[in-house]
Amino acid sequence: MPLLQVKDLTVRFDTAGGTVHAVSGVTYDLEPGETLGVVGESGSGKSVHVLAMLGLIPKPPGRIAGGQVLFEGRDLLTLPERELRDLRGKKIGMIFQDPMTSLNPVLTVEAQVAEAITSHGLMSRSAARARAVELLDLVGIPEPRKRVKQFPHQFSGGMRQRAMIAIGVACEPKLLIADEATTALDVTVQAQILDLMKDLKRKLSMAMIWITHDMGVVAGLADTVQVMYGGRIMERGPARAVFNDTRSAYTWGLLRSLPDHSEGRVYETHTPGQARKRPRLRQIAGAPPDMTDPPPGDPFAPRNPFAISGCFQEMPPLVQARDAAPGHLVAAWYDLPKALAARPDLAGKGEGA
Amino acid sequence: MSAAAAPLLRVEGLTKHFHTTKNLFGKPTHTVRAVEGVSFEIGHSETLGLVGESGSGKSTTGRLILRLEEPTAGQVFFEGQDISRLRPHALAPIRRRLQVVFQDPFSSLNPRLRIGESVGEPLRTHGLISSAGERREKVAALFRQVGLDPRFMDRFPHQFSGGQRQRIGIARAIALGPKLIVADEPITALDVSIQAQIVNLFLDLQEEMGMAYLFIAHDLGMVRHLCHRVAVMLRGRIVEMGSTEQVFANPRHPYTRALISAAPIPDPEREAARRRIPYDLVPPPPGAVLQEVEPGHWALSAA
Repeated sequence: MPLLQVKDLTVRFDTAGGTVHAVSGVTYDLEPGETLGVVGESGSGKSVHVLAMLGLIPKPPGRIAGGQVLFEGRDLLTLPERELRDLRGKKIGMIFQDPMTSLNPVLTVEAQVAEAITSHGLMSRSAARARAVELLDLVGIPEPRKRVKQFPHQFSGGMRQRAMIAIGVACEPKLLIADEATTALDVTVQAQILDLMKDLKRKLSMAMIWITHDMGVVAGLADTVQVMYGGRIMERGPARAVFNDTRSAYTWGLLRSLPDHSEGRVYETHTPGQARKRPRLRQIAGAPPDMTDPPPGDPFAPRNPFAISGCFQEMPPLVQARDAAPGHLVAAWYDLPKALAARPDLAGKGEGA
Repeated sequence: MSAAAAPLLRVEGLTKHFHTTKNLFGKPTHTVRAVEGVSFEIGHSETLGLVGESGSGKSTTGRLILRLEEPTAGQVFFEGQDISRLRPHALAPIRRRLQVVFQDPFSSLNPRLRIGESVGEPLRTHGLISSAGERREKVAALFRQVGLDPRFMDRFPHQFSGGQRQRIGIARAIALGPKLIVADEPITALDVSIQAQIVNLFLDLQEEMGMAYLFIAHDLGMVRHLCHRVAVMLRGRIVEMGSTEQVFANPRHPYTRALISAAPIPDPEREAARRRIPYDLVPPPPGAVLQEVEPGHWALSAA
């Protein structure tokens, strides 16, 4: 049985400027131990959909306009606040982007890690303090016995994010949700944290939802990749299938817009005084949709070079892609492999002329 | 050195110390060496990428060149003239040719001013236009140059998306025909589907106008794509510098190797094969100097 079943989750925000269609009909299952990478940009609904399922969006202006979120068979959307609060932090751990605003500056790290455990009545205070040291050790903080007595400001950015992870996994949750958890970190620190997460998910056999805008991060971490745009799932499937047999024009556009250095592509050295042409990136034209007034049909259609008339009229359902890996789903009226075959000028990856 | 071969920008021993705490007598007790003896050159129409961790001094270096911070020591030669000690009135004409693009250009815009007026303001203050009509024409041309619809001129800052905002920031920066733009993390805050558009815009404008960029960023993939040369900073010092292909194909300093090996690759198979080279973020030893390891490629020595 899936650990988490999201069924037709729909979230709206009623603002002075109109109703924001933040999340529309999001449906997926998450198996125990599975790592799901959710990719999208601002306004894609990637963060809002998890905040909504955890009861963490402000209401009003937010409201759940429909759907169910079953966690171990119970609907989180109808659970009394007290039970939901107990579930958060205990069975569902969370890590957010900015550890400095999530950690309490006047409490020691020990107090905060221990609090995460004792607040759920799992251990005595003294046992929780001993566990805090073990957890800091687990997330790779050196000298955990000394460090646990310190305050957040005495930690570097990377160490604070490790402390946040220690709190997130303190109760050995069944599910860990991380929202842009490494985005604010330097690239070398991010690499350490991602290695740590790969290690932890094996040791603790927990499922993860890893939310990011970075295709590189999910490539290394996720079993399943889910690409969101305009509040909807555009494509979803096993990571390799989504990256190597892409079916959504949005995913395809994102991947080919990234600089590609895979073939040891070497540019000519710049010689002062000689203007040399550099290749351009293959950019996606246009801008993300205004979600107070989403276009009818496929939200990506106005930016999609392969859009057909149906794309502008009706939102396609998320269904198994033709001749693709089992579980590789796409929401598209067009057929991307066929469309690409008809447009060899667009078929390449990486930077163009 | 002949005048033609002189670099557009030459930075010599640039140093910035911040005194964080002072004792009873106002004497500094703790000094942060944000930038320590940094030297480099940027040629005409050249893009130098400046990369490193947060706190490495890369942004401070940019701010020192722009004279938004006063250097503790060192010199900044722009078009052959030392601008590091110039007084504000003497600096004003330099600003026409030395411009900046920030991560969030809107922090520097007046929210009550129509966007066309904000973009046209530098033209007026530098006396480059005589009438309001001329300004509108010039601003419309700038809008078209950065890919914005000139009809947006009468809108207010909050009516623009992130990508449009950065285009406006760039329009302002190029209004006076600069020779060098210091771009401090100009794509970091943008949506991924917009980043490539802005990088392409930087390339287009460089080809059209021939200006140079100091491109400060932490996205190594974009730096590798956009920059002719790269300088890697660590704890206030440049630890490696060379052509982009030299530095990425043959990194010599252990920190550069760690940095390159840490960047995730958007391809599951290659990402699974990537091996991270760990590096303890220790500051470079004070006696270490940059040594030329191959022509034009410099790396900090071990001692």
